Amino acid sequence: MTITDPLLHVSGLTKHFPIRGGFPVKRTVGAVRAVDGLDFQVAEGESLGLVGESGCGKSTTGRLITRLLEPTAGRITYAGRDITHASRRQLAAVRPEIQMIFQDPYSSLNPRQTIGRIVAAPMEIHGINPAGGRERKVRELLETVGLNPEHYNRFPHEFSGGQRQRIGVARALTLSPKLIVADEPVSALDVSIQAQVVNLLQTLQKDLGIAFLFIAHDLAVVRHFSQRVAVMYLGRIVEIANRSDLYENPRHPYTRALLSAVPEVTDHARPRERILLTGDVPSPIDPPSGCRFRTRCWKATDQCATETPPLTRIDGNGTGHLAACHHPETARTTVAV
Amino acid sequence: MFRFIARRTLSALLILLVISAITFVLFYVAPRDPARAACGKVCTPQTLALVRHNLGIDDPLPVQYWHWLVGVFAGRDYQGLGHCSAPCLGYSFTNHEPVLGLITDRFPTTLSLSLGSTVVFVAFGVGTGMLAAVKQGRALDKIASSASLVGSSLQIYIVGVVAMYYLSDEWHILPRPQDSAGFTQDPAAWFKGLLLPWLVLALIFTANYTRMTRSQLVETLNEDYVRTARAKGLTRRTVFFRFAWRGAMGPIVTILGLDLGYLLGGAIITEETFGLHGIGALSIKAVRDNDLPLLLGVVLVAAAAIVVANIVVDAVYALIDPRIRLA
Amino acid sequence: MSTHTQVSTHTQAGAAFLSVRDLKVHFSTEDGVVRAVDGLSFELERGRTLGIVGESGSGKSVTNLAILGLHDRGRTALDGEVLLDGKELLTATERELERLRGNKMSMIFQDALASLSPYHTVGAQIGETYRKHTGASRREARARAVEMLRRVGIPQPDVRVDDYPHQFSGGMRQRAMIAMALVCDPELLIADEPTTALDVTVQAQIMDLLRDLQQEFGTAIIFITHDLGVISRIADDVLVMYGGRCVEKGGRAEVLRAPLHPYTLGLLGSMPSLDGPVDVPLSPIPGTPPSLLTPPQGCRFHPRCAFAEKVGGGLCGSNRPLLEPSEGHSERHAAACHLTPEQRREYFADYAAARVN
Repeated sequence: MTITDPLLHVSGLTKHFPIRGGFPVKRTVGAVRAVDGLDFQVAEGESLGLVGESGCGKSTTGRLITRLLEPTAGRITYAGRDITHASRRQLAAVRPEIQMIFQDPYSSLNPRQTIGRIVAAPMEIHGINPAGGRERKVRELLETVGLNPEHYNRFPHEFSGGQRQRIGVARALTLSPKLIVADEPVSALDVSIQAQVVNLLQTLQKDLGIAFLFIAHDLAVVRHFSQRVAVMYLGRIVEIANRSDLYENPRHPYTRALLSAVPEVTDHARPRERILLTGDVPSPIDPPSGCRFRTRCWKATDQCATETPPLTRIDGNGTGHLAACHHPETARTTVAV
Repeated sequence: MFRFIARRTLSALLILLVISAITFVLFYVAPRDPARAACGKVCTPQTLALVRHNLGIDDPLPVQYWHWLVGVFAGRDYQGLGHCSAPCLGYSFTNHEPVLGLITDRFPTTLSLSLGSTVVFVAFGVGTGMLAAVKQGRALDKIASSASLVGSSLQIYIVGVVAMYYLSDEWHILPRPQDSAGFTQDPAAWFKGLLLPWLVLALIFTANYTRMTRSQLVETLNEDYVRTARAKGLTRRTVFFRFAWRGAMGPIVTILGLDLGYLLGGAIITEETFGLHGIGALSIKAVRDNDLPLLLGVVLVAAAAIVVANIVVDAVYALIDPRIRLA
Repeated sequence: MSTHTQVSTHTQAGAAFLSVRDLKVHFSTEDGVVRAVDGLSFELERGRTLGIVGESGSGKSVTNLAILGLHDRGRTALDGEVLLDGKELLTATERELERLRGNKMSMIFQDALASLSPYHTVGAQIGETYRKHTGASRREARARAVEMLRRVGIPQPDVRVDDYPHQFSGGMRQRAMIAMALVCDPELLIADEPTTALDVTVQAQIMDLLRDLQQEFGTAIIFITHDLGVISRIADDVLVMYGGRCVEKGGRAEVLRAPLHPYTLGLLGSMPSLDGPVDVPLSPIPGTPPSLLTPPQGCRFHPRCAFAEKVGGGLCGSNRPLLEPSEGHSERHAAACHLTPEQRREYFADYAAARVN
């Protein structure tokens, strides 16, 4: 895959949340290093999956890109335009093109507004009047996401969890965005409903050519939805590759351990390799030096503590398959087609 | 904990300083002249100026405030009245007694009234609240809930007067309220003199505590950790007191601390209703007489009571809930 | 409440360690009666793990709260039989249940942070259960708590025993809860979504821990989850619940490899995998789970079922299918579905083929 001019270009993206304390006057005494130097790109119409365990900084990343949070350092470029520290006014031009879908379909919809108003709100805010009127546009959108357009005047509590998530999707589509940041869009839903929403998002991505930054902890869902996948650990990307490379030929020990931990329905038939990680993820306030995974890694050496491994292409990897490891896993000889 | 107390004490002092300054300013904004009142009926401009000078209110405002502060921290000499050692709150404009002495004389009454009624309303309020929570939705709960609604809409100056008339004067069930020499002098007289005010004051507060206790407990009884405690095989009783009640205590203690702080600053209406002479009565006198030093004194007592109550509440909350970290 | 819905698979009374027969749990609410569990039967042997799968509102958690007698007694009507080692639990007094809970049968919950008391140390909470059931002294209980924490893999247990739950990480809290549940060596452990809130690497640790402990003590485990992947790693037997009823049960491999009920098949089709094809859409189950206030007549799954029309005479919408074994499958593998074995072979094969290609 060659990326000539990515839609979204992120480099060195960093977010530190200050911790205040001290005596007698409170001051900044440290920082939660939630996101610590991310580099990645999302091409037009592409879906990049961002996976990792809780506290790895994946949600913070989503909020930085939609500028719900102010980055501490780094650069976010959208369609060639630097939006890292863009003001509200400057952002207004790109806001319609970058939309967000949230995890919790219950709390992300205003319970006092009809779904018609909720879905029309982005048009109101940006003063857009589509041909045929806003209501017609909203009805079309409801139909697109598989809801009955007749339900235009109903309130969120009249819908089930899956339907509410569809409302959230419709709202995100209102302004015909080019990039949707979806933060755990299906993890609050039941299995059977989850599949409905994943299919919907996939259809939208293909039919409307929308690029996605798909943030999730479920590796199987991410694999299903994203052409490329980045794995995060403690605020950094440890490995990024296209789907088949990452899942079939993981080079970072953490990626391998993570994949091996996923319980699969087929496990009973042919038990897969199991790597059991011990201990817990260290605190992002005082992360380990060098490679952040070294405290739980079975391959760690002194070098891992002193040198931060760069995120680069490792021997045996295809183009665009980057990993940050001093002692990568050996490449599989049988490369799947 | 030490850091917490140190930091909060510092900020409490600062708050009291600000409050005293505001009181000072407000006093002079008010269109009343304490000198004219003290000057008497035949008041020539000369005597008025002399009175002003004697009261120390002819200096510019900041100077007066500075003198007052020096008095508080280092003591101060008064013409004709002699030295007043720190902490000196000055002398009353009207009867020239030291303000500190007036306050320490009156404080035991307020303390007795507040603590006594607190014991009553906590016992009754929390008790009925607990019962109501256990018997959720049953008759007892409904009675307690409606009774508490009635209770909280009562006014002390009506209930107090009615209670005094019937319970003391007509039916002689309870002794008539009166000031006593204090608990240490004559415990029996102390108890008799305060019993009715305690009950009446408690009646008003009980209602609040019933409702609060009930709602807090209804909430904590539905917590997952209460279910876990039951799943461990603990009896309902143990689960109720060791888990549900523990969780409900925090908010109740918070409100209790604030109420107590408020009461210690002087229950003005209660004292007036029952003819007791505590800080509340003193406050009324200070306002009525335009008595600046006394006013400053009672305002500081009331403010200090609330500020200290806040610190204590936060510290106690941290003891109840280990998740709270003091710093 | 009548017991007209007898279930056909019926073993001898008292044979199994835990035997639940025609359990009904109905809540009265302002809107009417919620039939959260409506005629559920299963059995569990010592040392085995039964996985109960179902989506939210399927009645899987309610069932297990009822076994322990932790349901809201004021507004719940129970019917049926729950025999634990021959002892009837539904009619047991509160005092009898208190003696059993935490002792012979115990439970762990999904959200360990909310389920552990924030006001007591982890050691005190573990020791409390032990003291209640053994009459041990404070000191003995503490020693036991340290031992249990060590056994569930908490580092420095003698120090961490005095910590509060909020000072533990998510995985450690779940370990502490397991230690608390196992402190009296219970014979039955009910685990209600114990790994759902955890990250996959921690989830794997907890599942291994439970399996190791089960091998050591021979505990019978009921493992409730919505995740078929988790089931395939931990369960010996599987029971699939839908709308308050069991729609399918059997050995793990049988149910996951050759499901008999369209709902089980649908669940499997809804799940993306780590090695399946990625360019075909998932096969979700259409519609939403039923309301248990007014559940559908007949088979509760029929409004969402892809095969309901293949069954003649509108049977699915009128008659409740019995839970029975299917021809060509083991005697233990049963489903509640009106499809004939031939229909199943034909349609399910198509369905599976459509998924793979």
